[in-house]
Amino acid sequence: MRELSYMEALREAMRQAMQKDDRVFLIGEDVGVYGGAFGVSAGLLDEFGPKRIIDTPISEAGIAGACIGAAVTGMRPIGEMQFSDFVVIAMEQLVMQGAKMRFMFGGKAEVPFVMRLAGGSGTGAAAQHSESLENWFVHVPGLKVVMPSSPYDAKGLLLAAIEDNNPIMFFENKVLYKTKGPVPEEMYTIPIGQSHVVREGKDLTVVATSVMVSRAQEAAEQLSQEGIELEIIDPRTLKPLDEKPIVESVIKTGKALIVHEAVKTGGFGGELAAVIMESEAFGYLDAPVKRLAGLDMPIPYNRNLEYHAVPQVENIVEETRKLVKGQY
Amino acid sequence: MPTSSKKEKMIEGVIPESKAHELLYKMVLTRAFEENAEEMYGLGKVHGTMHLSIGEEGVAAGAGPALRKSDYLLNTHRGHGHFLMWGGDLNRMMAEFMGKEAGYCRGRGGSMHIADVESNNLGAQGIVAGNLPISVGVGLSIQMRKTDQVVLTLFGDGAANEGAFHESLNMASIWNLPVIYLCENNQYAMSMAFERAFRVEQISERASAYGIKGLTVDGNDVVAVYKAVSEAAEQARKGAGPTLIEAITYRWKGHSKSDRQLYRTREEVKKWMEKDPIKRFAAKLDVDEAGLKEIEKKAKEEIRKAVEFAESSPEPDVNTILEGIYA
Repeated sequence: MRELSYMEALREAMRQAMQKDDRVFLIGEDVGVYGGAFGVSAGLLDEFGPKRIIDTPISEAGIAGACIGAAVTGMRPIGEMQFSDFVVIAMEQLVMQGAKMRFMFGGKAEVPFVMRLAGGSGTGAAAQHSESLENWFVHVPGLKVVMPSSPYDAKGLLLAAIEDNNPIMFFENKVLYKTKGPVPEEMYTIPIGQSHVVREGKDLTVVATSVMVSRAQEAAEQLSQEGIELEIIDPRTLKPLDEKPIVESVIKTGKALIVHEAVKTGGFGGELAAVIMESEAFGYLDAPVKRLAGLDMPIPYNRNLEYHAVPQVENIVEETRKLVKGQY
Repeated sequence: MPTSSKKEKMIEGVIPESKAHELLYKMVLTRAFEENAEEMYGLGKVHGTMHLSIGEEGVAAGAGPALRKSDYLLNTHRGHGHFLMWGGDLNRMMAEFMGKEAGYCRGRGGSMHIADVESNNLGAQGIVAGNLPISVGVGLSIQMRKTDQVVLTLFGDGAANEGAFHESLNMASIWNLPVIYLCENNQYAMSMAFERAFRVEQISERASAYGIKGLTVDGNDVVAVYKAVSEAAEQARKGAGPTLIEAITYRWKGHSKSDRQLYRTREEVKKWMEKDPIKRFAAKLDVDEAGLKEIEKKAKEEIRKAVEFAESSPEPDVNTILEGIYA
């Protein structure tokens, strides 16, 4: 199959959705002639023009409000937060307005928009341009939270998100933008709320999100040579969460390691751990459920410090060895 | 003889007389609704908070009725009058106020979030200035769908000091969006007096920062508001972009139920009560005191029936508690 980068896959999804449906448009800072800060929308302005690829002033609340207002009156906007960190300026609109509108109005409004956000560390962008804030939104009823980890998932999930009739927070990862993988040319969707068993294994279940999925895969290759077989599950959508494959896997392996980039305290890992322990998998656990996550700190600028602030392949390998050996 | 064959009298040249009488009735109905709301709260029949617009009815009477049914409304938390003027049904409104299933929002929204998307009424607003960025999206949507609709965005003086105000007015102005920004300056953002919160004399002066038209009108004069909104709508429909209208008015009652009104004097309130928008509009229509009493009687009867309807309506079924969160 043809290979595309994660970024190209996202761009193709937007292009195909806009070709198919006049109601779809993209709005954000520098998404037009600049092509987006990371180049995700490069070339789309030439194809669709400034009425559908809309450059905005630096106004994050305005971008979110534009998506909400257009969505509730029949359009299907895609908004872009240039760095996911900037979403804090749009929190009121997303959390108080977009997320709650349908419910407050007695289920009589539809607010179908996708907010794309570029998240994650590893680019030397330091504390205000590197955060992983996805779990803030998992806590908000009315929103869905999607987090693709591969080019294939990026395209299929973005197309599904655009078709969905709810507000969706779509967390992309800056380090993944240039990674390549097979992506079909035709339009396809991956259901929102479907976990993916990325690798099968018998010894330990790793639940990983976004960039941590490929790191877990790399760790799994190393561990396989030691005779330890990881089963890796990518929830792909944090909300709604497809719990079943996770629970079934833990029943099989008896051990669970949760890996994400966001800081540990209050992160999605706590939710996943609770899901496992509240399920029938509890009785099958032969070790505590462990979380490997970002340190409880802002992302540092220094390259080496930044590297050590979030989980890396070697950390996953080490944690797995400990768990398998019963050292916890 | 068909009425169309004779030319109807226009109030100050802009509002047809029959429509004006209808507006007067709805102003009285709004006040009756709110007086009743206050009473029911006192009797413990309603458990949530509410924001009364008594004394500000002139703005609502002049704003929504200057627009078309196909236009959009983004209301404020103090929006009972606007809701009625937009064509809201009193029974369903009362039912919402009392948290009943028959209410506009199935009792989930209440006074502060009442909406009727079907009639392009995009809801009241619990967050000061929360509707301002949304109006950008509604404006864009109108522009993209190439209709000649407009959106009326209502907010108070307090909202004009939120960051969202700036983002919204700037975006609407650079893109010539068909938005009518109508600021109800009722002199207080809760307890914060206008003079203490603004350096400018008039909020409408801020329009110049966005290169758009701004004007200040007497919000207790229905016709003045009607004219300003009509002209802004005409401009917006022509593609000339947004207008910022400031309507000067006054909130007779406290901000909400917790307000002990320590920030103003009785004399000040009394002075404004002499500028009662209902009495002023009634005078324009040659409705005397006795005539107004008759109208009030009719409104109170309608309120009584609406309360009866709402009280006899079922509570939402707890088994449906999770409905309406996701599509």
